[in-house]
Amino acid sequence: MLHNSPALVPLLLLATAISIPLLAIRKEKVAYPVTMVASFGSVILSSYNVSHVLRNGPLTYHFGGWFPPIGIEYVLDPLSSFVALVVNVIAFFVLWHSSGIQKREIPGKSVPYYALAMLFLCGANGIIVTGDLFNLYVFLEIFSLAGYGLIGIGEKQAPVASFRYLIMGTVGASFYLLGIGFLYIVTGSLNMADVRNILPHIPGNPAVAAALSLIFLGMGIKMAIFPLHGWLPDAYTYAPSTSSALIAPIGTKIAAYVLIRILFFVFGVEFVSRSLPITDLIAWLSAIGILYGSVMAMAQNEMKRMLAYSSVAQIGYIGLGIGLANPLGYIGAVLHILNHAFMKGSLFLVAANLRKKTGQSDIAKLDASLRKKLPWSMAAFTVAALSMIGLPPTAGFFSKWYLALGAIDRGKWVFLAVILVSSLLNAVYFFRILEKVYLLPPPQTTGEDAVPEARRGWGSVVGEEQYSLMLPVVIVSFSLLLIGLGNATIVKEVIQRVIPLGM
Amino acid sequence: MTDFLLGHFVYWSIIALLIIGLYGMMFKNNLAKKLIGMIIFQVSIIMFYVASAVKWSATVPVLDPATGVADAAKYISPLQHCLMLTAIVVGVATSGVAFSLAILIYRNYKTLEESDLLEHMKSS
Amino acid sequence: MTSPEIYSSALPFYAVVVSLIAMPLILLSSRHATLREFWTLAASIVKFSLVFLLLPGALAGRIAGFTFWEISPGIALALKADQFGVFFALIASGLWILTSIYSIGYVRGLKEHKQTRYFASFAVCLSATIGIAFSANLLTFVFFYEILTIATYPLVIHKETKIAVAAGRKYLVYTLTAGVLLIAATAWTYKIAGTLDFRAGGLFGDASFSPGAITALFLLFLCGVGVKAAVMPLHSWLPAAMAAPTPVSALLHAVAVVKSGVFGVVRVVGFVFGPALMRQFGLNIFLATVAGATIILASLLAFRQDNLKHRLAYSTVGHLSYIVLGAALISPASLVGGLLHIANHATMKITLFFCAGAIYVRHHKEKISELDGIGRVMPWTMGAFTLAAIGLAGIPPVNGFISKWQLGLGSLQAGELLPLAVLVLSGILNAGYFAPIIFRAFLKTPTVPYEQGEAAPAMVIPLVITAVLSLLLGLDPDLFFHFHRLAVAVSGSILGGIGQ
Repeated sequence: MLHNSPALVPLLLLATAISIPLLAIRKEKVAYPVTMVASFGSVILSSYNVSHVLRNGPLTYHFGGWFPPIGIEYVLDPLSSFVALVVNVIAFFVLWHSSGIQKREIPGKSVPYYALAMLFLCGANGIIVTGDLFNLYVFLEIFSLAGYGLIGIGEKQAPVASFRYLIMGTVGASFYLLGIGFLYIVTGSLNMADVRNILPHIPGNPAVAAALSLIFLGMGIKMAIFPLHGWLPDAYTYAPSTSSALIAPIGTKIAAYVLIRILFFVFGVEFVSRSLPITDLIAWLSAIGILYGSVMAMAQNEMKRMLAYSSVAQIGYIGLGIGLANPLGYIGAVLHILNHAFMKGSLFLVAANLRKKTGQSDIAKLDASLRKKLPWSMAAFTVAALSMIGLPPTAGFFSKWYLALGAIDRGKWVFLAVILVSSLLNAVYFFRILEKVYLLPPPQTTGEDAVPEARRGWGSVVGEEQYSLMLPVVIVSFSLLLIGLGNATIVKEVIQRVIPLGM
Repeated sequence: MTDFLLGHFVYWSIIALLIIGLYGMMFKNNLAKKLIGMIIFQVSIIMFYVASAVKWSATVPVLDPATGVADAAKYISPLQHCLMLTAIVVGVATSGVAFSLAILIYRNYKTLEESDLLEHMKSS
Repeated sequence: MTSPEIYSSALPFYAVVVSLIAMPLILLSSRHATLREFWTLAASIVKFSLVFLLLPGALAGRIAGFTFWEISPGIALALKADQFGVFFALIASGLWILTSIYSIGYVRGLKEHKQTRYFASFAVCLSATIGIAFSANLLTFVFFYEILTIATYPLVIHKETKIAVAAGRKYLVYTLTAGVLLIAATAWTYKIAGTLDFRAGGLFGDASFSPGAITALFLLFLCGVGVKAAVMPLHSWLPAAMAAPTPVSALLHAVAVVKSGVFGVVRVVGFVFGPALMRQFGLNIFLATVAGATIILASLLAFRQDNLKHRLAYSTVGHLSYIVLGAALISPASLVGGLLHIANHATMKITLFFCAGAIYVRHHKEKISELDGIGRVMPWTMGAFTLAAIGLAGIPPVNGFISKWQLGLGSLQAGELLPLAVLVLSGILNAGYFAPIIFRAFLKTPTVPYEQGEAAPAMVIPLVITAVLSLLLGLDPDLFFHFHRLAVAVSGSILGGIGQ
């Protein structure tokens, strides 16, 4: 039916991004519904794409009728359609949730916010579906520029954080560009599949190795892999809550996806593991990053900053899975892209609700009054926290399970230990919050709780201000349970379909 | 050895530009200077692409009736130029965003010195 | 021994899920104390009945199996009500009924806060426990094991005092660490064996090991399940967790949680490694040493506790290791004895905790030194206490004697005298630390006259029932539940695996 569906999602989002400022000239209020319609449309289209690809195999679209390697090709295989669906779904929930937050945190800026959000998603979807290395660069920059904007419209410190991210991000993207320049000089092609076919015929070329390292360096910055993560904590902390909720689940994961795509599907597993010890390097850096991020997260006093450091650790899991370069590690990495998107999305949304309700998100100021004020958000936080710790049957357990199996399979006991230790560190910094939220009596109350226990009924949104703030959080975090219980289906039907050759 | 050095002089100058750009971004305290470094860095990469397209005794990739299309080798490779047109656009957009952020920063803090900014950020 | 016939049935699933369904119902009826308690009681009775329905099949060697779906490629979330599972599930679900009745009396007597959370967590804990009992493979076991960890946490910190919160932290540190070690062990097992299904006599089949690897794997497992089984030196969360309300200590910290740990030890010894591997690499000797040391040390430490619940907790630590010792000796009688002690210790220790709770609710006394003459105002309670204490010391005719007798026989079968000596010594120590309590309660005169008498009937009746049950099971171990027959069948299946 929709033979051009690979291109539809990015185009739809791009068109929306352009039309939001035009439509909203007269009425600022139009921006939100238009965004929601487009976002919902992208969810529908990408679910259609996933089901189509799973039933009929990969789907390609050639721009302007030019066939590769000359023309630009969009490719939907199980991996790209799956990641696109994850991104669009989580974005839909964050945008749904955003209406209440943006009014408070970025008053009067809803039009640029939604336009940038659409541009950001357009970039993300473009990166995911494109089969062309240079086209990927262009989308990467669209994606990043929109991201800088989304961060920059935050509080007073936000522009500084955004500027530093911009410098780092541009360096990353430029390294990537340089890398594909080398690759182009050697192979004469920019089409991923084409390059994949040509590379085996030019063994031992140092330029290819240089290209590989440059691309890794560039994507490592965008992905915030340790020690290239410097931009991330400030950017996530000072951005408006709703922007961090949008960028944290999607931003670094896209870079991780690009790394997977290029390492395993362009260079190929054999080449990558033969020419340079790059997978080992990724694995070790990720392992250090997991521990570093977790320890730093424990030391933070601000919830968003804690979540930001926790993101550094979590991206380490994905990196570790990539670095293991075996099927189980790969499954773990791809599954963790999904899991982490949902976990971090839900946690940042809770942080946003917290800031909306109490005006700040200092961990030291949390107390048990919150379980009355934000009962559902806190329940959602609990589920997401348990998933971050990796307790069954939540989704987080399974990414760790596959990573642990992968580490054992490779005989890398150090990585197994890192995965396990980080679970415990996660437990420390999440239970620190849970303990406060559920147990620390609020200061200066008369001892009587504002809302007596007997009054709290099922189904009422006591404390939670509106459904658009409560429902997305609850849906996202409780779907972690569903993902956990249904993970075997995802793994078998989607991820295992495209285990890279040579693993 | 001298051949290697002289024969790749374009690349050496590109590498020099690259390093100057990186230096500017990493070691300059002023955000505007960092930005300049970033632009130099981007330009060096654009130069790299363009240099890779060069062929001796070939002409620009615009159809010349005297040369015709029969012998495509007489034109230099057009693809890098097209790519770099896009990359230049991307670079301009990046600089635009960066400058507007720098203006915002200046409005918020009345300084562009990074060390001062870090202190202000901590205190506020 | 014929291999058991497995038939597909949803009964184990219903047995697990019934209290999970009760949880939202309890939460929904948070405004109505009576309705909330009704759901708890209803769920416990239905659960017990479902488990009881599985008993005839298990005795006849017909095992109900239920598979949810694949949870990781090649590994299904699956339940199997084998004899061992039914054995454990019967104890846990049966005692839940009594604990529910007792809890109602307890929380009403103390006007506890947050009763909804209390009953809801309790229901989830029981689901997890039955899930552990019926797990058909290691991953399912890990699943419910971790759920149990989390569901118990709100009960440990229920009082929300500083001590309770600190105890909760300690509890989490121990159990979560154990959880990740267990996950590591499970993943490693899967790598070696390619399967995680429990099999009587060991699941590794012909896989070959280096001694170092198998010892490391065994240690991982031991730390994983040993924390909940409170094997020394991993026990110290258990006395701390006594900060929880007494019904929690009674059911969870004497029956469900700690017995899940012990159950795990037996599963690991009998159904993962199997007797052959255990003996080949001398793992059983190591395990027996740890268990023996725990028995003696815990009994000695129990003397030092003045807080009644803490003394009971150390006594629990000691008695759990009886079961571990039974598993470690791997002889027919020792396995029967160890398994029977799961049931026997449960009925006796729950009686003691019920008594401690009754004293606390009525007289607000927690220390042994304050109990002078309490037997005169609480004759039923202290009578039950005495009966259970006699049983724990291993004096006939209470059921503690039966399991100890079998354990002693088992150590002779295994050709070891040292375990026998440990058992005898521990019996004396048990008598030693329980005697002062009984002596004070009945023979000393109270310094301050007691104002109150017995606790509410909802508390006294359950504790009398468990005490009588202890006595009856001592007279006939096959009474009602056929614990003895089940234990013999399990022991046979584990040891039968050697010849196959």
